[in-house]
Amino acid sequence: MAMTIHVDIVSAEGEIFSGLAEMVYAPAVMGEVGIAPRHTPLVTQLKPGEVRVDTGNSKGMQHFYVSGGILEIQPHVVTVLADTAIRAVDLDEAAAQEAKRRAEDAMSDRSAEFEYAKAQSELAEAVAQLRAIERIRKGKRS
Amino acid sequence: MAGAKEIRTQIGSIKNTSKITKAMEMVAASKMRKAQSRMAATRPYAEKMRNVIGHLFHAHPEYKHTFMIEREVKRIGYIIVSSDRGLCGGLNNNLFRRLFKELKEHRDAGIEVDFCTIGNKALGFFGRFGGNIVSQAVHLGDTPHIENLIGTVKVMLDAYADGKIDRISIAYNQFVNTMTQSPTFEQLVPIIPSTAEEELKHHWDYIYEPGSKEVLDNLLGRYVESLVYQAVVENGACEQSARMVAMKAASDNAGELIDELQLIYNKARQAAITQEISEIVGGAAAV
Repeated sequence: MAMTIHVDIVSAEGEIFSGLAEMVYAPAVMGEVGIAPRHTPLVTQLKPGEVRVDTGNSKGMQHFYVSGGILEIQPHVVTVLADTAIRAVDLDEAAAQEAKRRAEDAMSDRSAEFEYAKAQSELAEAVAQLRAIERIRKGKRS
Repeated sequence: MAGAKEIRTQIGSIKNTSKITKAMEMVAASKMRKAQSRMAATRPYAEKMRNVIGHLFHAHPEYKHTFMIEREVKRIGYIIVSSDRGLCGGLNNNLFRRLFKELKEHRDAGIEVDFCTIGNKALGFFGRFGGNIVSQAVHLGDTPHIENLIGTVKVMLDAYADGKIDRISIAYNQFVNTMTQSPTFEQLVPIIPSTAEEELKHHWDYIYEPGSKEVLDNLLGRYVESLVYQAVVENGACEQSARMVAMKAASDNAGELIDELQLIYNKARQAAITQEISEIVGGAAAV
């Protein structure tokens, strides 16, 4: 039997592929890489493209599209951490600015100092309410 | 017939409420199943990510990333994951209460805190009491997507990279089972390597393409994002199951209340009839 390497392709929102392969091709940022079993350890970024897995059996070549991500190679395991979102530095930066702006909007009329006493009293109240409900329920059961 | 009509309207309104809680219970039950399967679906990614990071710590990169270096803690960034909507029992309050204890310890130790809130409830709570909220995300819905979190998390990571904060922690509810959700706090950055990994004794390192700095920047950022995403998904499953339990309790309570009121109503009705009869009999005797 030909030598095989274990391949896992996962994205944050689900598992895409897991199994053995004779050869894996992936679109790394520096150019496409072909990975055979016992490849030396390597980590690299992926660019949008196609990951091909040559399973060597009846299923033949399997194709998966990735919009980027990270490829990690250990001698017997290949891991593709695929992105689900389209990523770019400026896009990420815009998203960060947006999140910041939203927070500032929400904070605009408030002080930056956390008011411990007020927070504590409100929490205590909420907890007391929960306890009271619990007690009423237990009292009824008995 | 003293109060009989009032009791009847009261029973009616409680019945209406119980219809609503019953419906919410069933909706939460079906959403919970979906949320749980989503939680299971995100697990492989987080696991693989953790493996890679574990390997990375055993490798010997010539470049030490700031996320891997411990420093003296003067300011902590908290990412707080909460639900968008209420009516889920003590889920959020329990988390905030536990968090509050920690915050107090930090204050006593002279450590300042920044917040990054995810979900309406955390935003509302920390908004009400001040506290420095540096970023937030709300209305993630039942199917949270990682896109919606990238920006929110990046604000925190940038603050860490700039040295404004010295640690990032996350607070969320961990899903134990349908009945139990446990408030959990974890340190995200600096990254704590998993000790479970078998030690790779010999000195080795990856080949980094294009370079170790670019790759590590990218990888560690994603690692933190994936942890936050998983926390959000897990918190979502917690929310639905907590809501289901809370609504079930409310429906049960409504049923008990209706039974009790029905008894009172029957008694009142009986008393009124008896009184009427005795009045008629009294009247007839007087004629």
